Amino acid sequence: MSGSTLSADLRVRRGSFDLDLALTVQPGEVVALLGPNGAGKSTALRLLAGLLPLDDGTVRLGRTVVEDTVARVRLEPEQRQVGVVFQDYLLFPHLTARENVAFGLRARGMVRREARERADDWLARVGLAEHAGRKPRQLSGGQAQRVALARALAAEPRLLLLDEPLAALDAATRMEVRADLRRHLGSFVGATVVVTHDALDAMVLADRLVVVEGGRVVQSGAPREVAAHPRTDYVARLVGLNLLRGVAVQGRVDLAGGSTLTSAGHADGEVFIAFAPNAVALHRSRPDSSARNCWPARVASVESHGDTVRVALDGEIPVVAEVTPWAVAEMALRPGTEVWATVKATETDVYPA
Amino acid sequence: MSTRRGVGARPSRRTTGLPAVLVPLATVAVLFLVVPVIGLLVRTPWRTLGDVLSRDASIEALRLSLVCATLATAVSLVLGVPLAWVLARGDFPGRSVLRAAVTVPLVLPPVVGGVALFAALGRRGLVGRPLDEVFGITLPFTTAAVVVAETFVAMPFLVIAVEGALRGADRRYDEAAATLGASRWYTFRRVTLPLVAPGVAAGAVLCWARALGEFGATITFAGNFPGTTRTMPIEVYITLQQDPAAAVALSLVLLVVSVAVLAGLRERWLTSTG
Repeated sequence: MSGSTLSADLRVRRGSFDLDLALTVQPGEVVALLGPNGAGKSTALRLLAGLLPLDDGTVRLGRTVVEDTVARVRLEPEQRQVGVVFQDYLLFPHLTARENVAFGLRARGMVRREARERADDWLARVGLAEHAGRKPRQLSGGQAQRVALARALAAEPRLLLLDEPLAALDAATRMEVRADLRRHLGSFVGATVVVTHDALDAMVLADRLVVVEGGRVVQSGAPREVAAHPRTDYVARLVGLNLLRGVAVQGRVDLAGGSTLTSAGHADGEVFIAFAPNAVALHRSRPDSSARNCWPARVASVESHGDTVRVALDGEIPVVAEVTPWAVAEMALRPGTEVWATVKATETDVYPA
Repeated sequence: MSTRRGVGARPSRRTTGLPAVLVPLATVAVLFLVVPVIGLLVRTPWRTLGDVLSRDASIEALRLSLVCATLATAVSLVLGVPLAWVLARGDFPGRSVLRAAVTVPLVLPPVVGGVALFAALGRRGLVGRPLDEVFGITLPFTTAAVVVAETFVAMPFLVIAVEGALRGADRRYDEAAATLGASRWYTFRRVTLPLVAPGVAAGAVLCWARALGEFGATITFAGNFPGTTRTMPIEVYITLQQDPAAAVALSLVLLVVSVAVLAGLRERWLTSTG
C-alpha cells in the first residue's frame, strides 16, 4: 500500500484567535507542528481530523477531497480514515487493550475473530502481546501510549495525527517510548503530523519541523536547519541559542538597541545573529582579550541548568551566558552584579532575516 | 469515646464539627424516616405471615406488580435513554423547555397524572378515540394501562439519572471512536452507552422502585380489578380496610422486594465502577 500526500490549507477564527496554516506532508514523512501553548497546533490537528469544521480552506488526502469550504465538501471524522493518538490516549476504559485495538476494525464490520487476530498482531508489534487482556487502568502510561498508537494504526489510516504523544509520560519512560515511537512512525506509509511543544520530541520524531506561533507558521525546515538558524525568540529559546536581530554590513552587525557586534559570518542587510550561551564569557573587569565583541552588562538572574549555570544578562545586549558553577562562585555572580561579557566573532552565526 | 466530652479546643474539631443545633434536628429526621419501618417490622404478624402471603389474591397482586414494574422499566429504558441522550447531547432551541416538560410527571400528583392519562388515552381521549375507532384498542382498566400509568410516573426518574450520567461522560471518547471510523450508532452502542452504564442502572433501579410503588395514577387510569389491574400497593390499601394485620404483612413483602433489588444492584453496578 502506498500512502497519500496531505495538503491542507486551514483557516479558522475563534473569537480573537485566528489560525491560518498551510501544510503539505508527503507519504511516509513525519512533520512536527511545534509551538507554544495556545499557538493553534491542537486546533490544526482537530481540523485535520474533522473534529472541528473549517471556516475556510481545504484538506486533501491524495486525490480525495476531505474538506473544501468553497465546494462545500466535508467528510465526517468517521469517513476520513484519519487516525489520531490523543494526548491522554482516550483508550476506552470499559474495553481491554485487545478490544481497543480491534475497535476500528469491528466498527467497519470486520468479524470478531479476524479483528481480534489483527489486534493481537498489532499489540505484538508494539511489544504488548501479553497485555492484550488488560483494561486501560491496568496499563502504565507508556503501555497505554503504545496501545493508543496500535489502535490508531490498526484502523489503517491514510493520515496519522499525534497530539503531544509523550507529554503525559514521566521523563524515564519518555525516552524509551520516544525511540519506539520514532521506529513505528518510520514504518508507517502514510503522512504523519505530530503536535508538540517539546523541542526534543520534535527533533527526534520528525523529518521536518513546522513552527507555529499565534496561528501562523513562523519557520519550517529540517530539524538541523531550524535548530541552527532560529528565526524567532521562541525557537531560539527552544534550541537554546541567543538570537539577536540587526543590520549587517561586511561583518559588522548593528543591533536594534544601538550596539554593534562583529561576526565572522557573511551576510549583508537584515540579519539574525545567533550564538550559543556557552560562547558568552563573563569577566568582573574589562578584559584584555582578543574577543572582538565586548560589552558591559548586569546579571539579571542566575539559574542552575544541569552541570552548568545559566546567567541571564540585562543591558544593551540581552543574552544568556552559560558558565561553570566554579565561575559563578569565583566572580560572586548574583542578580545585580556588574560584569563584562565577551563573544568571539568566530562563534557567532549570521544569516539573512 | 473519651474525647466526646472534651472542650473541643482542637482546631480540627472546631472546623469540621457540626453546628450543635443541627444534631437534634438530624436525629429527629432519622427517627422520622426509620421508625415507621421499624413499626412495620414490629407489627408484622409473623405467625400468620405464611397464610396471608399464600392467599391467591396476594400472590396475584405481587405477580402483577413485579411484571408491570419490570415492563414499565423496560419501556422507560427503550424510550427514556434516547430521550436522555437528546436532552444531554442535542443542540436545539427549546431544549430546556423540553426538559421541563418531560419532567412534569416528577412533580405532578400521581392522581392528576392518572386523570391526564385518562384524558389522553381514554376511550374519548385525544389519542384514545382514534385508537379505539381505528384499531379497536381501549387502554383504560387493562393491565396495559397499569404499565402505561407506571411508565408515565417512573420514566422521568430514569431520564434524569441517565441525562446526568451522559453530561458527566467525557465526550472525547466519542470523538476517539469517530476517528477510528465508527458510525454514530456504533459509537453510541459500543462507547457512549457502556460508559454511562452505572448511571443507566441507577436510573433503572429508581424507575423500577417508583413503578413498583405506584398507586395514584394506576388506580385512576387502570382501576382496581383483581388479577388484571390490582397491583400490590392497591391490594395493601384495600386489605388495610378489612384486615390491618394482613396489610402489614403485604407491606413487608414490598419492603423486602424493594430493598433486595436495591441492594443487589448496588453490589453489581454502583460499587464496582467507583
